[in-house]
Amino acid sequence: MIAAARTTPQRKRREPSKIPNYLILSLLLIFAIGPLLILVFNSLKDRAELGNNPLGFPSSITWENYPRAWDVGNFSTTTVNSAILVAGTVVAVLLFGGMAAYSLAKLDLPGGNGLMLYLLVASSLPIHLFLVPLFFLWRQLGLVNNLFGLTLIYIAINAPLAIFLLRSYMVQLPRDFEDAARVDGASEWQVFTNVVIPLSWPGFLTVGLVVSLAVWNEFLLATVFLTDQDKFTIVTSYQNFTTQFSRDWGLTSAAAVMMIAPILIIFLVFQRRFVDGLTQGGMKT
Amino acid sequence: MQTTTTPAYLSRERQVSWRKRAFFRKKVVPWLFVLPILTINVVVVLGPALSAGYYALTDWSGIGSANFIGLDNFRRIITEDSSYRGAFVNNLLWLCMFLTVPIAMALVGASVLAPVRRGALFFRMTLFVPYVLPSVIVANLWRSLLDPDRGIIGWLNDRGVPGTDIALLGRQSTVLPTIAFIDNWHWWGFLMVLFLAAMQNIPPDLYEAARLDGANRWNEFRDVTLPGIRPVLVFMILMTGIWSFLTFDYIWILTQGGPAGASEVLSILVYKNAFQTFQAGYASAIGLTMSFFVGIIICIFIVLRRRGWEI
Repeated sequence: MIAAARTTPQRKRREPSKIPNYLILSLLLIFAIGPLLILVFNSLKDRAELGNNPLGFPSSITWENYPRAWDVGNFSTTTVNSAILVAGTVVAVLLFGGMAAYSLAKLDLPGGNGLMLYLLVASSLPIHLFLVPLFFLWRQLGLVNNLFGLTLIYIAINAPLAIFLLRSYMVQLPRDFEDAARVDGASEWQVFTNVVIPLSWPGFLTVGLVVSLAVWNEFLLATVFLTDQDKFTIVTSYQNFTTQFSRDWGLTSAAAVMMIAPILIIFLVFQRRFVDGLTQGGMKT
Repeated sequence: MQTTTTPAYLSRERQVSWRKRAFFRKKVVPWLFVLPILTINVVVVLGPALSAGYYALTDWSGIGSANFIGLDNFRRIITEDSSYRGAFVNNLLWLCMFLTVPIAMALVGASVLAPVRRGALFFRMTLFVPYVLPSVIVANLWRSLLDPDRGIIGWLNDRGVPGTDIALLGRQSTVLPTIAFIDNWHWWGFLMVLFLAAMQNIPPDLYEAARLDGANRWNEFRDVTLPGIRPVLVFMILMTGIWSFLTFDYIWILTQGGPAGASEVLSILVYKNAFQTFQAGYASAIGLTMSFFVGIIICIFIVLRRRGWEI
């Protein structure tokens, strides 16, 4: 008792102060967020003010850059294109990837280890290795400048990660529910759709978020496979029009804010799930 | 789970059909579930990857037929193509920069954030935000911030800070580190969150024990934190090694390899050869060498692990 009473205040005194921690964190915070604040400020300035004050808070707020960027950036088309790519990829990756994960986790797939090894190798092949033959194959098949063609590529590339994450989620599910359904005469398909999907929806949500982000932000494949302006995604269209209007910072900043706003909102809402999914994904690929 | 032994009470015919159904259910159905995604993956990834191995041995332009020319593309890479050598050196420089700066920043960030309670979630979240932004936004934002007339650089220049009157992205000597800096701005926060998660799994008793032994911050970091996060740290060094040979987006968006090839890396050469000068065979050969370097890095790790390094 006496010993404890003596050591506790001593230990408290030796607990290092947190002030240096907050100091360093604040510097890192300015480094990470400062450029984004400047981006938002600049989107609210008119041309004259951007010339005098390219970094600071706007002295008067103008919204005119936003509708102009919406038109010039052809957002009404590119947003739809990006949304189609994201939706198509996410639905297919969750359905087909979920099916494969179910087979690996619950059906004792014969040759399952071989399949896992294949997926591991396929997911670590550099895109630049298969990009060139793939492009010319896709052109022969009429899948270049075709949102469906690009969706197929996104599905293939995002599948291994989705299967790994969903499989590790499904392995933890108890078998009782499935077996009960099987005893009642359910087919494996019914077990998958009626039992396993409802039980593993958090895994599906995480994978859906991670894949959505990857497809929404994807640059290389979208540049190579979509060359018609009316097929551009929000990302390739932005790249296209920033080179055209590189000096019109108000315009490019407003377009950038419109592009990242949906990402940031979804990120803030699902923050934990996002970070978990992305970091697990980083560790598993 | 269903059993595979045939029930003896069934008649012979029904035993046969039972066995057939059991075979269907045990062997065929699982593969039917895998088939759609496997087909797509084989068509998109495996098939083209294998054919890249063939096209690397041809003079294929991308259109029409391909003539077999043996190892001529590889001879050209080794003996003729000076841009290949420059690009490879740039990949190595990229590797050195990414093995040091982001890892150091992430270690500092994570180790000052780990013991903090108040505001921990806020810092973790905001420092992670740049990682979720698209590369085109990050690249173009920093292009304007580094503009010598107007951006941060221009602001410093106006106030007479020496050495700030230059276009960092327009000079051969500064272009590659500048692009790496921009890429790193979006990348280090991700590393930090990975390290942070690992640090939070270190038992707090270890820190208490170290503190009672009179350890200062640096001792704690070296003797408790670093060993505690070693698996994650080593894994991310491996991934940095692999990704350094594949980097593309930021360089392509900012300079397309310029000025005068000063920021070219191997992936840029693949793109230019395939889609700008229509030497698809030669581009495939370069792509194959990229995979080769990635393979070497993975092999180094496997060998080190076999030799008993705990990584």
